[in-house]
Amino acid sequence: MSGISSVLYLFSAVLFILSLRGLSHPTTARRGNMFGMLGMAIAIGTTIASPGVLSYQEIGIAFIIGGLIGTTIALRIQMTALPQLVAAFHSLVGLAAVFVAGSAFYNPSAFDIGSVGSIPTGSLIEMAIGTAIGAITFTGSIIAFGKLQGFVTGNPLVFKGQHFLNLIIGLVIIGLIVKFCLVQTPEYFWLIVIASFAIGFLLILPIGGADMPVIVSMLNSYSGWAAAGIGFTLSNNLLIITGALVGSSGAILSYIMCKGMNRSFINVLLGGFGGEQAAAASGEKDDRQPKQGNAADAAFMMKNCSSVIIVPGYGMAVAQAQHALREMGDLLKKEGVEVRYAIHPVAGRMPGHMNVLLAEANVSYDEVLELDEINRDFSSTDVAFVIGANDVTNPAAKTDKTSAIYGMPILDVEDAGQVFFVKRGMASGYAGVQNELFFRDNTLMLFGDAKKVCEDVIKGLEN
Amino acid sequence: MSELSNQLEKLSYQAQEISNEASQLAATVMGSSQGHSDFLVFGFTVLILACFVGYYVVWSVTPALHSPLMGVTNAISSVIIVGALLAAGPIDSSLSKIFGLIAVALAAVNIFGGFVVTNRMLSMFKKKQ
Repeated sequence: MSGISSVLYLFSAVLFILSLRGLSHPTTARRGNMFGMLGMAIAIGTTIASPGVLSYQEIGIAFIIGGLIGTTIALRIQMTALPQLVAAFHSLVGLAAVFVAGSAFYNPSAFDIGSVGSIPTGSLIEMAIGTAIGAITFTGSIIAFGKLQGFVTGNPLVFKGQHFLNLIIGLVIIGLIVKFCLVQTPEYFWLIVIASFAIGFLLILPIGGADMPVIVSMLNSYSGWAAAGIGFTLSNNLLIITGALVGSSGAILSYIMCKGMNRSFINVLLGGFGGEQAAAASGEKDDRQPKQGNAADAAFMMKNCSSVIIVPGYGMAVAQAQHALREMGDLLKKEGVEVRYAIHPVAGRMPGHMNVLLAEANVSYDEVLELDEINRDFSSTDVAFVIGANDVTNPAAKTDKTSAIYGMPILDVEDAGQVFFVKRGMASGYAGVQNELFFRDNTLMLFGDAKKVCEDVIKGLEN
Repeated sequence: MSELSNQLEKLSYQAQEISNEASQLAATVMGSSQGHSDFLVFGFTVLILACFVGYYVVWSVTPALHSPLMGVTNAISSVIIVGALLAAGPIDSSLSKIFGLIAVALAAVNIFGGFVVTNRMLSMFKKKQ
């Protein structure tokens, strides 16, 4: 790497750091994204200008094809499908890492790491680790994508001896890496790839659909470590810095998600949460009947109160109710009602998903508040309007030590004067736990599709 | 006045001598070790420091923008395209070059997809008067 290109790579690493820094506030975020694009353009330009890169035409074609596909998908995707999209994109980074490592193995001289058959051991180890992480990211993300999209069942798939099998495959991969470094033959390279594909697949299968926010963040982290691994092979600091940024970002997001569910990361990874318990819970008959209200009551009551907090959840996204919900909020504001939105850290299927959906529906971001910003205000609020959320409002998390969600931070909606709970039926939430909130005196259930209920409330408000 | 310039000249001479020595030393160090194993330690230093930078920068990201954060990190992790371009670089075709071209295309999907979708998300975050 020549001096000038090193400086340019450093410059683009700094731009990447600034692009993440910009996300500390919505007003600086777009500029941050621009910094990211500029950094990427510099990185690509610098590499293309390097003396070893000569096949401009083929590279140009590959780049344009990829760029067109990426742009088209990104422009067409519905915001409710963001989590799937991100999972799918992660899989591509993983696969690209495998291909880069593979080409480094077949033609090491292009990367200045010796020649075929005599690659230094250090480079082989880095290559093998980069390949393994990349391959795990690839299949893991494919499964995560399938679960989010509904191609693969969202229920955790567990079988006996699963963890033992994973352990064996993990040990086999380590053994293969050692052997690969000793003999340097392509067979071992591909065996590492295959074994890593298998373990990526097996690691994510047992994890339930609603744990996907953690998994998507984790795979985000993995894609970063894969890039860093390739950075070592190429002796390129830009890849190492960027990989570390992405890796720590994903790790922090996973941590935040786990904390939002009061679960340990290991517990999520071991999987199986939701499925069996959900089955057991639905077997139990609960004879209590919740009080049922209708949209007209809700409209009347909200129109005549002074403050409303709306608690959206994944159900709102599924029903695409965000636009109707915003319209309802606007009408209430016209009546002089203070309207705010409360977002739980694990609402939706990826970190910050609800915020994007509300922003899409034109809700001003200063009306959308996080759990710790708004939780104290429920007691001084007239109406809490829960739409598509369930477990994150269950007061049992604070009191019932036997509950599966005990200790999870929840939104204290039961403290509001009146709770309206929009729900399709009486089915339990993801954790398979009955929500105590349904049977409180101040709760009225509004049964129906989230979007339909919002539209009915709007009609009530207009009359 | 002339004394001063004399001293200055002396000093600059000394400085040059020192720099000569330093560059000789550096050359011997470079020669005695294989460049790559040296990079491993250096690279690790960079990795650890970058993890710290990442830690502080990411914690300062507002939770409302965690989805765009994933979009941006997804796009920039495709900086792996640097490796793909080097692999696809040679004129003569080989398996390695084909791998490189595939990786270029995959990374390009991600770069454009990641930045465009993030831009779409961010353009929706508005504050109304």
